[in-house]
Amino acid sequence: MDTTTIKSNFKSEEYFINMGPQHPATHGVLRLLLTIDGEIIKKVEPDLGYIHRSIEKMCERDSYQQIVHLTDRMDYLSSHINNEAVCLTVENALQLEIPERVKVIRTILGELTRLASHQLWWGVMGMDVGALTTYFYGFRDRELINDIFEETCGARLTMNYNIPGGLMFDIHPNFVQRTKDFITHFKTKLPEYDRLLTGNVIFQKRMKGVGILSKEDAISFGASGPVGRGSGYSCDVRKHHPYSAYNQVTFNEVLKTEGDSLARYQVRIEEMWESMAIIEQLIDNIPEGEYKVATNAVIKLPKGEFYQKVETARGELGVYINSTGTKNPYRLKFRSPGFSNLSLLNHIAVGGKIGDLVASMATLDLVIPDIDR
Amino acid sequence: MSYFGDIYRGIKTLLTGMSVTGKYFLHSRKGAITQQYPDNRDTLKMFDRFRGEVVMPHNENNEHRCTGCQKCELACPNGSIEIIWDRQIDPESGKKKKMIDQHIYHLGMCTMCGLCIEACPTDAILWAQNFENSVYNRAYLTKVLNKPGSKLMPGVEE
Repeated sequence: MDTTTIKSNFKSEEYFINMGPQHPATHGVLRLLLTIDGEIIKKVEPDLGYIHRSIEKMCERDSYQQIVHLTDRMDYLSSHINNEAVCLTVENALQLEIPERVKVIRTILGELTRLASHQLWWGVMGMDVGALTTYFYGFRDRELINDIFEETCGARLTMNYNIPGGLMFDIHPNFVQRTKDFITHFKTKLPEYDRLLTGNVIFQKRMKGVGILSKEDAISFGASGPVGRGSGYSCDVRKHHPYSAYNQVTFNEVLKTEGDSLARYQVRIEEMWESMAIIEQLIDNIPEGEYKVATNAVIKLPKGEFYQKVETARGELGVYINSTGTKNPYRLKFRSPGFSNLSLLNHIAVGGKIGDLVASMATLDLVIPDIDR
Repeated sequence: MSYFGDIYRGIKTLLTGMSVTGKYFLHSRKGAITQQYPDNRDTLKMFDRFRGEVVMPHNENNEHRCTGCQKCELACPNGSIEIIWDRQIDPESGKKKKMIDQHIYHLGMCTMCGLCIEACPTDAILWAQNFENSVYNRAYLTKVLNKPGSKLMPGVEE
């Protein structure tokens, strides 16, 4: 055969390939329908619904105290912050005055959750791009935070510690000491993260200039959290609409303008330093006082619509409650950060290789139960 | 030139990373957090607040503190608790009083949210720290928390 016949026999054409629902790099049951030409991605279509549990519908059935424990199961890596979001919405609707002690404890627990989430993300993102060691180091340090949670709240992942009106029970006497020990420990470990992975040439080449998202696109896709801030979009809810004790602390909103995967990575690493700074400012002066205010056994919200947003480890979580004055919400809607962040995946992956898609997905930090709900 | 520069930088950063891993390789016992789980069962102690499963403590006279008020049943988000109760004649006062027949707890449905224990006015149910909950048959996960023949502890009122 001569060259022309070979060329006509090997026609180049687009084809479909399924990535997931059980691909390890998708961290859960997310199915991506890829349209590929060779190895160049032409289109990415996320297919959702594999772990849809109808949490929003179940919320319409449950009382306001019961709703809180369902939010643990959405973004399970920032369950404290999810719980806090529902509690704040209910408390604002009831116009409850929350004790300072509760606000400070909620902020500390929220930042510990953010640290734990970012540690896990760092571990699995390193694993996604081929550095298996990071997985063990990330989990090693997260274990100490899990111990803090287990001692105070009774659970390691699905805590359900916040209740409308305060906390379920007071913090454990060891909480302050354990948190301080963890901060001193992790301050020596976080530079190791940089030495092990951030500076590595192979890692940098894998990340730099991959999955570029401009600031305009970040805003129009509704990106939030580290994904938005990696593109220079100032969207930190803690800074712009402070809740709990965030108006009492000073911290920087980490912003990067490059908008590529490396920028999103650096935003999260620097956020860990900021989280530790926030905890250090609060841990020594937790005010004395009550750990909860008494609410009715059956909470009935006044008629109307209520909205509250918080900054989870992944971005902006909004809780919208439409109440008709009964003990259940008429409608409850979660605006989850993962869903918006997933919507821009097609935009940043088109034109790249499959390996680049894995790298961009790792830095989007998707948690699928948060998307499917 | 940049080709060799790349190789040089690559090796340099590789060695920087390996200095971190090498440190842990040489001091592997220091700071190890791995628990040798099945082997350390005798010494393993969970935290006091750990939510393993719901239990109903009984005293030595086979008496519990559950009055059958059903507040835990109402508080439970997913119907893990069922209380079968009856009105029986109280031997002390001679009046008819609400008494539990069976306090049924479905461990397989429980999400460990802790709302039942918060709701209980008489502290009749508590968290146990037992976490080895796996069984060979799903039916074993349905438990009756009050022991057979048990009575309400005298003096426990709602």
